[in-house]
Amino acid sequence: MLGYMSTASVSALSVVVGDEELLVDRAVAELVAAVRAGDPEVDVHDLMPGQVSAGKLVEVTSPSLFGERRVVVLRSAQDLTKDLATEVTGYLRAPADDVVLVLVHAGGAKGKALLDAALKAGATRINCAKPTKAAERLEFLKGEFSRAGRQITRDAAQALLDAVGTDLREIAAACTQLVADTEGRVDEKAVARYHTGKAEATGFTVADRAVEGRVAEALEQLRWSLAVGTAPVLINSALAGAVRGLAVVVQPPRGIADAELAKRAKVPPWKLKSLRQQARGWSPQGVARALQVVAETDALIKGAGRDPAYALERAVIEIGTARGQRR
Amino acid sequence: MSVFDDLVGQDTVIEQLRSAARAADGLLAGGTGAGMTHAWLFTGPPGSGRAVAARAFAAALQCAHGGCGHCDSCHQVLTGTHADVLYVRPTGLSFGVERTRDLVLRAASSPTGGRFRVVLFEDADRATEAASNALLKAVEEPSPRTVWLLCTPTAEDLLVTIRSRCRLVLMRTPGTPAVVDALVRRDGVDPGLAGAVARAAAGDVERARRLAADPEARERRREVLSMPARLDGLGACVSAAARLYELAEAEAKQTTAALDEQEKADMRAAFGEGATGKGVAKAVRGAAGALKELEERQKRRATRIKRDTYDVALMDLAAFYRDVLAVQLGAQVQRSTESHDEDVRRVAGSSTPEATLRRVDAIMRCRERIAANVHPQIAIEAMTAALYLG
Repeated sequence: MLGYMSTASVSALSVVVGDEELLVDRAVAELVAAVRAGDPEVDVHDLMPGQVSAGKLVEVTSPSLFGERRVVVLRSAQDLTKDLATEVTGYLRAPADDVVLVLVHAGGAKGKALLDAALKAGATRINCAKPTKAAERLEFLKGEFSRAGRQITRDAAQALLDAVGTDLREIAAACTQLVADTEGRVDEKAVARYHTGKAEATGFTVADRAVEGRVAEALEQLRWSLAVGTAPVLINSALAGAVRGLAVVVQPPRGIADAELAKRAKVPPWKLKSLRQQARGWSPQGVARALQVVAETDALIKGAGRDPAYALERAVIEIGTARGQRR
Repeated sequence: MSVFDDLVGQDTVIEQLRSAARAADGLLAGGTGAGMTHAWLFTGPPGSGRAVAARAFAAALQCAHGGCGHCDSCHQVLTGTHADVLYVRPTGLSFGVERTRDLVLRAASSPTGGRFRVVLFEDADRATEAASNALLKAVEEPSPRTVWLLCTPTAEDLLVTIRSRCRLVLMRTPGTPAVVDALVRRDGVDPGLAGAVARAAAGDVERARRLAADPEARERRREVLSMPARLDGLGACVSAAARLYELAEAEAKQTTAALDEQEKADMRAAFGEGATGKGVAKAVRGAAGALKELEERQKRRATRIKRDTYDVALMDLAAFYRDVLAVQLGAQVQRSTESHDEDVRRVAGSSTPEATLRRVDAIMRCRERIAANVHPQIAIEAMTAALYLG
């Protein structure tokens, strides 16, 4: 998305919009580098809201004696006080020729007026939103490798993501490290040599595996999620949610529509299908037993037992056993 | 008229307290005071009037005429404004050691009115173990004129070391006629309604009064009692649990919401919000910490209200299955769920006494779990599932 800007393309006014710090830093750095490529003597003023005052703004944007170019970066522009924001808007109406102004804005409603004013004044917009979908992070990771002129297989990329987590800075750091440590095309084996495990295992995965009767996998997931610091109470409430879902679909109240059923099970309507899938192999008695197990486990976690981790392991195993229970 | 009029069906207790108050009078006149002591423990089932009895006794101790009920002193004690009576009513889940130490200190001062310094500690079972230990010395050997009145449901709720230092006052469960009489005579409740709520409350005067005064409370009880008949599958169990959970949340919110806002506004006003002048800004900033503490306290109070609500609902359910058991065994006892007689008979006909006992056990286990801080919805779901399967 970035990385191919020449001096000519650097506009006198840019806005970097988004809350992903790594991307914002990169965008700013690239803009600065692009200007610097044209003029090595360029002055860079990188200002936080606390460092900005009306006097400072005038100082950095007024014409200079020797006509050198300047880059003025206003970080967290949404946090500028109202008076200063007005100053900046005023400058936008009469920009200086030799100044490249970069406004960094977190997006969102705060200080939106300034952002709108800048866009209206013809600012180049660079989006740096946090990637929310797994596919976007995968894309980012692959991009990291191609920037370094390397390739990574799809499976390897996925394994690396699983191991590192969702923080872009950490992903980028892991990529840099892998690029330095390996040669050629990066495959799953290479990733496995440096990274193992799961950075993110949630209580929901544990619960899903447990009610599907895949006890061994559930236990593995449980260990992972405890290891990455998920609170035992949250894991148990995920278990409770899963068992509650089973209870609703195993013996639904008579004559009830799917939409209402989904509401009772506290799941989105599309999830009913997978709930029904999970409910196969469960008898009402088994589900009732699982409900008991969850309640027992909540008590054990909250002080009736000594070891929450043990209580959860016991719960997963007991739920697995309850699944086979016929009466 | 006497301060003991508010006690319902507790004749032996009244006699015991009256003679103690007479002995206390003798003590003040320079006598030996035989029959009076400095530490009392009022125990009895919920609603039997432990706190009412303790309060009446406090009034009798402070009154020159043994609790006449119409002098200034009696009036002040009964309304809770008497200078020599310290009222302690834990509003949170527990009563901590720091507040106990403070209490001990204040209890040690001499009475300003020349009679007794009385500490009336309701729900003393909410004192933590450390708090109880802090109380120990003060209860054993208080200042000459200090009298401790502790209230707990049973004597076993207190540390044995405290229990052994107190004289026990055992309240009994008042009979239905006594409760009906009290409701009609004192609260002016319609006799028909009084009879129904007295039977429903099964000896709990407070609950009977609440049911008589609050149609919503009657409605909630009706809803809880109709639950067992509707448990026709696990889905229904989950729904019933969710419904109980919502009811309790709503109840707590209704009770606390108005109170919380008012308290917060008062606190802010006390710190000078909205005022002008030098130093106000600094004072208002200082309010943040105090506000946070207040919110913590409010949260604990809300938790307690929720737990009490669950407890009431669960006890109603237990009463339902008690009546089921009575029908199954053909016992000739008064039943408290006459309004749901049909449901009771149907459940009784379709299950065995053993199953009924297992169901009662499930309800009691649910109470224990909620008391042990298990998420109420999870605890109640486990219970309704057990009720369904029997």
